[in-house]
Amino acid sequence: MTIQSIDLLTLSPTLVVAVGALLALVAELVTGRGQVALGVGLTALVVATPLAVLASGEQTLCNGADAACAYVVSPLAVALQLIVLVSTAVVLLMASGDVSDGTIPGGEFVFLILCSASGAVLVPATTDLVTLIVALEVVSLPTFALVALRRGEPRAAEAALKAFIFSIVSVAVSLYGISLLYGTTGVVSFEQLAAAATLTDPTPLGTAGLVMVLAVIGFKIAAVPFHAWAPDTYQGATAPVAAYLSVVSKTAGFAALLLVTWTFAGWSEVWAPVVGVLAGLTMLIGNAVALKQRHAVRLLAWSSIAQAGYILVPLGAVTSSVVWGPEVTDAVIGYLVAYAAMNLGAFAVVSVVARRDGAESLADYRGLAWRSPWLAVSLAFFLASLAGLPPGLIGLLVKVRVLVVPVDAGLWWLAVVMAVATVIGLAYYLVWAALLFARSETADDEGLTHRLAVRSWTSTVAVAVCVALTVAFSLAPSLALGLVDRL
Amino acid sequence: MTSSWLLPALLVVPLLGALAMLLAGRGAERWATWFGVGVQSAGLLLTLLVMAQFSQTQSGSMQMVVEHSWIPELLVDFRIGVDGISLPLVVLTSLLGWCAAVYAVRRVAEPGRARAFVGLLLLLQVGMLGTFMALDLILFFLFFEVVLAPMWFLIAFWGSGERRRSANTFILYTVLGSVVMLLGFLVVIVETGSADMVALANGLGAQMSTSAQLTAALLILGGLAVKTPMWPLHTWLPDAHTAAPTVGSVLLAGVLLKMGTYGMVRIVVPTLPDAMVSIAPYLAAFAVIGILYGALASYGQDDLKRVIAFSSVGHMGFVLLGISTLSVVGINAALFGNIAHGLITGLLFFVVGGIKQRTGSTAFADLPRSLYASAPRLGFLLGFAAVASLGMPGLAGFWGEFLALVGAYHPLVPERLFYRVLLVLAAMGMVLAAAYFLKVLRRVGQGPAPETLLDDVATDEWLSWTPLVALIVILGVAPFLLLQVTEPAVRVVVESVAGALP
Repeated sequence: MTIQSIDLLTLSPTLVVAVGALLALVAELVTGRGQVALGVGLTALVVATPLAVLASGEQTLCNGADAACAYVVSPLAVALQLIVLVSTAVVLLMASGDVSDGTIPGGEFVFLILCSASGAVLVPATTDLVTLIVALEVVSLPTFALVALRRGEPRAAEAALKAFIFSIVSVAVSLYGISLLYGTTGVVSFEQLAAAATLTDPTPLGTAGLVMVLAVIGFKIAAVPFHAWAPDTYQGATAPVAAYLSVVSKTAGFAALLLVTWTFAGWSEVWAPVVGVLAGLTMLIGNAVALKQRHAVRLLAWSSIAQAGYILVPLGAVTSSVVWGPEVTDAVIGYLVAYAAMNLGAFAVVSVVARRDGAESLADYRGLAWRSPWLAVSLAFFLASLAGLPPGLIGLLVKVRVLVVPVDAGLWWLAVVMAVATVIGLAYYLVWAALLFARSETADDEGLTHRLAVRSWTSTVAVAVCVALTVAFSLAPSLALGLVDRL
Repeated sequence: MTSSWLLPALLVVPLLGALAMLLAGRGAERWATWFGVGVQSAGLLLTLLVMAQFSQTQSGSMQMVVEHSWIPELLVDFRIGVDGISLPLVVLTSLLGWCAAVYAVRRVAEPGRARAFVGLLLLLQVGMLGTFMALDLILFFLFFEVVLAPMWFLIAFWGSGERRRSANTFILYTVLGSVVMLLGFLVVIVETGSADMVALANGLGAQMSTSAQLTAALLILGGLAVKTPMWPLHTWLPDAHTAAPTVGSVLLAGVLLKMGTYGMVRIVVPTLPDAMVSIAPYLAAFAVIGILYGALASYGQDDLKRVIAFSSVGHMGFVLLGISTLSVVGINAALFGNIAHGLITGLLFFVVGGIKQRTGSTAFADLPRSLYASAPRLGFLLGFAAVASLGMPGLAGFWGEFLALVGAYHPLVPERLFYRVLLVLAAMGMVLAAAYFLKVLRRVGQGPAPETLLDDVATDEWLSWTPLVALIVILGVAPFLLLQVTEPAVRVVVESVAGALP
């Protein structure tokens, strides 16, 4: 066995983020100011983003003999890494208000977020099941601490515990699944597994193993029935952390799903129906339960569950006529890109409004358009995008793109379920949007503690970035839908 | 071509206007409605230029086409143009938009907020014009969706009564319809590999297998039928009309409903001819049920706006009947009926809005019985519009319905006898329509001497309504002015179906 060659430039996106995590922690210790830690973290992310693009098509950590590499950056992986890096940067901007008023400690926060993000950057570049699960755990473990990090909020600890227990169980199940797959095939690397899957028909043991691996991914993306932790956890965490969980953590989960489904493309008759049913359940239940929510973050939690259902649709529609390939992956990536921009945007507004007005329930948003017209217009725009209603064009177009796949596959039930789910979804986004512009009946008003907190312009920058991205995607949808081809 | 900037400008001008209203400060509240009139006047002017550039002899082919690659991943091109089928609707939209803007100068519905009101009207205008100009299936769908949010806001915030519930019903119903329509479009795109409406209409769509055509046609027609609305998918309409503010009702009835029937003529008939031939008799049956149902239901209403709303179901039934004959006469009748209904029902809703502004209600129980005496000019306009609506010869409403019946006598589809039965039933519907409008006039107009006088038609109302009155008369006396524009384009459509006929 020869020594593995290590190409640091190829690995650099992961490394820069990980080193940034440490530096942020040190920076706060030295200066005593959380904002400095945020600055360090942002710098690391900004540096890592072009490095990720440069590394496209490279591979490293190769074993000389058979040239099997442990870190391979396909264009698909770069697209996912970009979503992770940019989204994390937006989350940091969003959190600056909470850091400066001491709701969350800056150094620890940035450290944990970047640790988790380095895992999320790693996930799409992994090449075997074991590394994949380890990388997914690198994403998850810091998030439990992040959820619990909220000072003076008893619900945070409970929320963190809930996510932790769900995570542990799902990881245990998936490790068992990996052992079954290893037992049947004798290999863990994706390429060798893929070769085995094309040569042999699925065995009962292999099928069981594969379904178990899907369970941990189901947990990460909060797909029904693995979603029960998400609403409580999102609600207990601060808005930026909830945003991180709903976008970055989910993106890591979808990256894992793409890798696993690619590996077992030969067994698509096993996993595609499972993913299809998950998609259908997730869309319907996510949207139906969201209808009843009256708490802003909780509503976004259920909405993000439902949105994950839409993203599952193309993979669920893989059949004999529609094979795993660009038709499927471009739909997934396109939706993820658009979802990141519009969902982070919604969370960013919620974060600003929660800090400034102490708003938590939807009723607190009544008449926001009179207090802060721009925030209200931005939020309405993001909600329209999530609902798939113009002027949120990109939200509509990615839904169309996703819907192409089941129609092409002739999978009518899935297409119809998605159509119905979209209509249900529209209802609750509308209720919220209507509140924004309603005249507030209780004039300036009990419950709303006006402008208690320090105003933080960086949180507003987060909103502006998301608006800019969503508008850019709406005008030039190819930026999202054709992202992989450009990398 | 030198005039290629005209159609994009027609979309960009109201879009920029809407953006300006979004960015304008509170000070703009005072001049917002005048700004609206300015933008709509510019739009109307551009429309007149389009009409001047339009070559009537070649109205069967797309003119002033502008193409731009947009989203290759979805096969979507930004492609717009007009022909004899879409041009009249573009003109109608610009005209009604202008009338609405003029009307809004002094009469923004409660609770004011002129900036937002004007901005939404302009955004609505973009969606309506875009729908009629789009030459790409997905682009058509996008514009079709653009109108939803502004109309929802107009009903939910400037409406009356159960406005929030009505607005939600409106948007959820129509979104469900348009999602179903989208599924149909995707079937067409996946089967043919193209979203180009012109290519699809010129034989590309006809190459699809009959079963794929049938699936796509049922989905697309199902979606469009919600918008039209076709019985029994019309249930959102009366509530939306009752709750909407005056200009909302005018544009809803005058333009939005036409997007449904336009889509049938533009997309379904030429693209999916085999399916259309088999579906047409069913469409005709639904159309005639709609005609009779609309007439009977109108008779039973106790609210002016609801009477007009149900009468729309009947009138659109005639339009659907015309389309379902697949004949030159029938489809011409449908397009004529579209325009006539837009003008007449637009005027009706304006007048009823005027009555509501003066009396505070449109329910018969609350209305004075003596409109003719208490506000004679307003009463005259109501009578005029009602008589036009019930299909009086010499006014625009007559030709759409008469020609639809002629078309039903000579349908191109084989089920001739069936169509003749329908013809008789539809003719009865015309008679019933007379009954309910006469009831309205008797109930509202001809009561005993007035208790109090109402303000009669004001100058701004005259300004806003006169174009409609004039066009109703002109098209009634000289229907060929419109028919000679639509005829060549309709011939192209019918030729594409003719090959599919047994």
